[in-house]
Amino acid sequence: MALALENGRRQFDYWLTVYKRTWKGTLISSFLLPLLYLAAMGIGLGSFVDSNGSGALGGVSYLQYIAPGLLASTGMQIAVGEATYPVMSGLKWQKFYYSMIATPLRPADVVYGQLGFIAFRVTSTCLVFLVVITAFGGLKSPLGVLGLPIALLVGMAVAAPVAAYATKLENDAGFAMIFRFGVVPAFLFSGAFFPVSQLPNWIEWLAYVSPLWHGVELSRDLSLGTVDPWMALLNVGYLLAWFLVGTLLAVRGFTRKLVG
Amino acid sequence: MSEQRESLVHVRGLRKSYGDFEAVKGIDLDVWRGEAFGFLGPNGAGKSSTMRMIGAVSPASAGTLRILGMDPATEGPSIRGRLGVCPQDDTLDTELTVRENLTIYGRYFGLSRAECRLRADELLEFVALTEKAKVKVDELSGGMKRRLTIARSLVSKPDLLLLDEPTTGLDPQARHLLWDKLFRLKQAGVTLIITTHYMDEAEQLCDRLVVMDGGLIAAEGSPAQLIRDYSTREVTELRFGPEVMQSDHDALAGKVEDLAQRIEVLPDRLLLYTDDGEHAVAAVHERGLEPAAVLVRRSTLEDVFLRLTGRTLVD
Repeated sequence: MALALENGRRQFDYWLTVYKRTWKGTLISSFLLPLLYLAAMGIGLGSFVDSNGSGALGGVSYLQYIAPGLLASTGMQIAVGEATYPVMSGLKWQKFYYSMIATPLRPADVVYGQLGFIAFRVTSTCLVFLVVITAFGGLKSPLGVLGLPIALLVGMAVAAPVAAYATKLENDAGFAMIFRFGVVPAFLFSGAFFPVSQLPNWIEWLAYVSPLWHGVELSRDLSLGTVDPWMALLNVGYLLAWFLVGTLLAVRGFTRKLVG
Repeated sequence: MSEQRESLVHVRGLRKSYGDFEAVKGIDLDVWRGEAFGFLGPNGAGKSSTMRMIGAVSPASAGTLRILGMDPATEGPSIRGRLGVCPQDDTLDTELTVRENLTIYGRYFGLSRAECRLRADELLEFVALTEKAKVKVDELSGGMKRRLTIARSLVSKPDLLLLDEPTTGLDPQARHLLWDKLFRLKQAGVTLIITTHYMDEAEQLCDRLVVMDGGLIAAEGSPAQLIRDYSTREVTELRFGPEVMQSDHDALAGKVEDLAQRIEVLPDRLLLYTDDGEHAVAAVHERGLEPAAVLVRRSTLEDVFLRLTGRTLVD
């Protein structure tokens, strides 16, 4: 444990340098896209929904209904992006992970470093997004700011298993599957834009299985003040389980790949 | 040698398997402090697998392995902290600058930022890349990348430097520059372990080497010792011109067989392994044979290598 922390600290300069070199390039995808969704859905579609009466949403504006879920979705999207191509680059293209494990760092340390960087990327992006949401009046209660740690939890719950999956791939074609059959459907059908009870039964159940639904629910409940403690515990526990199992799988995948 | 030799790498009965495939099939060796030790062998001989085990990265499947007196199974990070590794692929971070590649790498060994900066500047000087310090790695030539990889492997001031095919793919100028750098490191007391399939590189750099073939050690010794043991002092090459066929070569070989300790028939020439090449040439002429071209040369490690590992392509 102490060694893992020390070895994590030793990677700090690397990830800082990477971030300094890449943050400008990530601006558009990180901040602009969720902002456009917020404007189009929350304000555009929202004014249409609200003008027809907001009874179906329990008396809150559509913007307030979707903003907490969009925050969690952003966490997921950033995390998946950072756990796919960068991981493949470290293993296959630039192979920088191989240079790391020739030093005192172990494969597990490399996983923790990579996940640590993803956590930073998710947190910093979602923080900016949260500020924008708040400025637009997207939060109903101040507790809504807890959507930030929830978005982080969602991000880590998907990043760890996706990184594990990336170690199994021979090329990046497999990532298209993740985006087409994972990220996009989860984004649309995990309750960020409408209650999943509106969906056909079997899709509704798929939503419950997805980590994102748990993040969206919890984030919204916090903002709207509709938290059920037991349900919240279940949501957090479910996301933590994805994160922990995913991390174990990622450590196993990295070790198998790097050490052979 | 009367003085106590310190074994930095102690290997007994070492094996490595990947599933059903056994890449290393039980090897014994010791690398002594201060020497330059070489692994020679064709592709697939097990050199890189052995290097990865000595690098305390890949676990041994069986046998005893001690590196710097430690067991890599339990003390991997401590061992790696004292090794420098120059892998076959450069594995540099091409997005970062030349200097960043060094400073960041030093941090992995737990060096302070100030220490990393200091060593990066010294090492850039050493490999003649000071002017490229702020350039992105992407923009370097192959030879420069190789030099940077070697500089990176030295950032922790290692006791033992592992070089996996350090000059493969480089032009002659870059190779000679690298050999010069490696020679200077050896002079400074760094123990080197080198894999290569360039015989001239092995002769230039290695005090002692093993020839590996099919996962086993086929021979061990100094370059001069190996030539004495597995070849003759000289080789006489006889070419009979393009119109002479392989079958004619076989017949010709029969006529000169007794002039050499060993004779090898190639599609384009005959090789006579003998201690006195000129004498063999004279005898060939005495028997009325008129080769189109004659070359007498000293035996090289390449002759040893080809004798031990054969002329067949392995791939």
